[in-house]
Amino acid sequence: MTARIGVVTFPGSLDDRDAARAVRLAGAEPVALWHRDTDLRDVDAVILPGGFSYGDYLRCGAIARFSPVMGTVIERARAGLPVLGICNGFQVLCEAHLLPGALTRNDHLHFICRDQRLRVENADTAWTRDYTAGQEITIPLKNGEGGYVADEHTLDELEGEGRVVFRYLDLNPNGSRRDIAGITNAAGNVVGLMPHPEHAVEDLTGSGTDGLGFFTSAVKNLVGIA
Amino acid sequence: MSPLTPLDTVEHAAKSPDSPQPWAELGLKEDEYERIREILGRRPTGAELAMYSVMWSEHCSYKSSKVHLRQFGEKAPETDALLVGIGENAGVVDIGQGYAVTFKVESHNHPSYIEPHQGAATGIGGIVRDILAMGARPVAVMDPLRFGAADHPDTRRVLPGVVAGIGGYGNCLGLPNIGGEVVFDDCYQGNPLVNALCVGVMKHEDIHLAKASGTGNKVILYGARTGGDGIGGVSVLASETFDAEGPAKRPAVQVGDPFQEKLLIECTLEIFAEDLVTGIQDLGGAGLSCATSELASAGSGGMRVELDTVPLRDSSLSPEEILMSESQERMCAIVEPGKVERFLEICEKWDVIATVIGEVTDGDRLEIFWHGERIVDVPPRTVAHEGPVYHRPIARPQWQDALIADDPAALARPANGEELREQVLRLVSSPNQASKAWITDQYDRYVLGNTVLAQPEDSGMIRVDEETNLGVAVATDGNGRYAKLDPYTGAQLALAESYRNVAAAGARPLAVTDCLNFGSPEDPGVMWQFAEACRGLADACRQLGTPVTGGNVSLYNQTGETAIHPTPVVGVLGVIDDVTRRTPIAFREEGQLLYLLGETAEEFGGSAWAQVIHDHLGGVPPRVDLERERLLADILINASRDGMIDAAHDLSDGGLIQAVVESCLRGGRGARLVVPEGLDAFTFLFSESAGRAVVAVPRSEEVRFNDMCGARGLPVTRVGVVDGDTIEVQGAFTLPLAEVRAAHERTLPELFG
Repeated sequence: MTARIGVVTFPGSLDDRDAARAVRLAGAEPVALWHRDTDLRDVDAVILPGGFSYGDYLRCGAIARFSPVMGTVIERARAGLPVLGICNGFQVLCEAHLLPGALTRNDHLHFICRDQRLRVENADTAWTRDYTAGQEITIPLKNGEGGYVADEHTLDELEGEGRVVFRYLDLNPNGSRRDIAGITNAAGNVVGLMPHPEHAVEDLTGSGTDGLGFFTSAVKNLVGIA
Repeated sequence: MSPLTPLDTVEHAAKSPDSPQPWAELGLKEDEYERIREILGRRPTGAELAMYSVMWSEHCSYKSSKVHLRQFGEKAPETDALLVGIGENAGVVDIGQGYAVTFKVESHNHPSYIEPHQGAATGIGGIVRDILAMGARPVAVMDPLRFGAADHPDTRRVLPGVVAGIGGYGNCLGLPNIGGEVVFDDCYQGNPLVNALCVGVMKHEDIHLAKASGTGNKVILYGARTGGDGIGGVSVLASETFDAEGPAKRPAVQVGDPFQEKLLIECTLEIFAEDLVTGIQDLGGAGLSCATSELASAGSGGMRVELDTVPLRDSSLSPEEILMSESQERMCAIVEPGKVERFLEICEKWDVIATVIGEVTDGDRLEIFWHGERIVDVPPRTVAHEGPVYHRPIARPQWQDALIADDPAALARPANGEELREQVLRLVSSPNQASKAWITDQYDRYVLGNTVLAQPEDSGMIRVDEETNLGVAVATDGNGRYAKLDPYTGAQLALAESYRNVAAAGARPLAVTDCLNFGSPEDPGVMWQFAEACRGLADACRQLGTPVTGGNVSLYNQTGETAIHPTPVVGVLGVIDDVTRRTPIAFREEGQLLYLLGETAEEFGGSAWAQVIHDHLGGVPPRVDLERERLLADILINASRDGMIDAAHDLSDGGLIQAVVESCLRGGRGARLVVPEGLDAFTFLFSESAGRAVVAVPRSEEVRFNDMCGARGLPVTRVGVVDGDTIEVQGAFTLPLAEVRAAHERTLPELFG
């Protein structure tokens, strides 16, 4: 049985085709989900891709969070559906309160695109099982509002519960608190991060193949459940 | 043109021939105004006057440049590759496997000086819609940029704004930015050049053209609402020089919304996929005036438009203002009546406003109505395609001889290894030669997942087909310093460099787009530069077999009497059958052999060395040998395809040492260089002789590579080896790679960070 992984397209989504390609390269079937639909078409997992959903008017991800498709995604995520939010998708997950904290304007005030080294801190989520804890990977980062912030209590809680999934290495590219690049919810099924694993799935394009593990993790996870 | 004045209908105009009209304020000359009256047999209405004034502006009509541009068609080389040539929104090139690629470079110079952020942003928006209107999915953008002195305070205003505008718009559209140029020179101080190039891909059968045909077909305006921004952008901004004094022209700059444009792209591609349009045109310069008159002019019938149905952002706009508005993110389509409903459904799906504003008629007039009253009744060709044509006076500037006589041979050269070392560091850290990462890292180069090469590579490369690995490469180049010394040769050098850059990456050059940036056409010296550059480019395109498919002319780039350097920017598109064979610039493998292809002479006129070390511009530019360029390109392409080279970098401004430094830094490896016999170290390192490249050859391929070059008659010289963590020129100096990197990479962050 092939795993079916949904990729949501909001108006202004940009990396949806890339996410679908990554899903395909990982051996699963990408399923296109439209922001106006409430039906998730029986998918086994959902990716919220990068981009500028609804123009990122008001705040990044603030409008997308109220889209019809998100109503179902929120409900199913709380019931354990694996959900990965990349960049704008991470912002949507925070706005939807599936993940704590928020993403703010980069501290240097510029958009930044670079090959970013990360450390995998938690290899026990639905999206990171193909990595090992402490593994260092390089995947592209590209954002204008990627500074992760949360109050000290929340940050301590995230650290204490092992819910910081990725940390920036070499250089903190956006002023994120405690170098946090990605986090997970308490159950480990919902993961959000600013860097773009879907741009690191082929040697020919992007920064290598270090990002493929996200998608193979999800596939193995799902096949394991099935 | 206040909306409170009574409506100036066609009938009213016929009855009031002597009513004074603001033709001069709208940028028309007296004889042009007289010609409009002659065409119409009466005075134009206010709306007609508005249309003619924008469409007959220099920017839209090419009235000063047309007579010179003709030779791009007349001298065009025979080629099977061209599916659509000059004259449409953009040219279309056959790249095989049923794919067609369209590409074009345009200027947004004047708006970007006044309002850098929006000016640069809407420059991207405009060129992307041009590509979209051809039926293609836009897949990449590039930005050739030129600014005043890097340390001038106004450059600190203009550059960060332009870069943020390009990034802000392009990143939100989801188009990778894969290359371009950044050049600093005093001559651009009051006139920065912001050119933008877009590449699009489609299947042959998807090509769309801008024409309105089929009586009864509907005219649909879709995209953003029309507002009061950008009124007179083309006539007021792009067709006049800047005065030191005078009112602020900021309201003439359009304001962009990339989100709206992204929706427009996806919506339009879905409309194409269902074959719902018979003709399509984007709204750019001159807005609705341009779209309606061009569609009608190129089609078979006439057109009738109900202007009061146009959705507005500001309900107080007058009909004249609606016709002239350059509000962004709008398109105009011609749709058969039976397909209108489906067309509107797709627009609704993407939250794009779409309105039927008129229809194609069986007449030969373009008629526009305002609440039932006729305010425009013109033959559309006279607006769109039969504008004025000027034969401007041409005179070679008197200072040209003195400039050429100022030979760089007289400049002091480094006397020893220590001075060479110091000058190499100064060169690679000078703003023009330094790393541009501070700028290009603000652009998304990864989105869409098909970027094979992006800056600082010689050219940008995009995979077109994931199954077959078919791809295209694009480079843009231009050197205003060379063109100032000799515009004919300068234009040829721009083409030669761009052509070489595409070939260095392993792609076969196919076609050309150009953006010709010059001063005022009313200056005979500038017109001489322009005429010479066009002649040079057309001759070279014929010889290299790469036709000009389209482009743009930007004149009036001058403040007062001072014009910019003549700056022809040339983009070359190439095809590569298998992108996995591409050649990057990076020296990655220890022990690989470095070969210099081509011949090196003492050529320092207009060189980066003369600029950086002596602040000098004089003499003659490097000699051009187009047959040599062709041969060099063949060798580079064959070597890439057959796996004989692992890296290649073209040699241009800054000469060999600049190329070696870039390739070493990119690959994180050092190099040991030996000055070849018959050359001195200084000429070896800094000369800018054209027709050259440096390549890294694996030892196992050395014999085969030499045999190929020998058989084809291309001079090659072994000049060194990839080695260690220093750049060493034997017998002269050694530079640690870390020191070179620091010097090369810190310049722009220190200036603008």
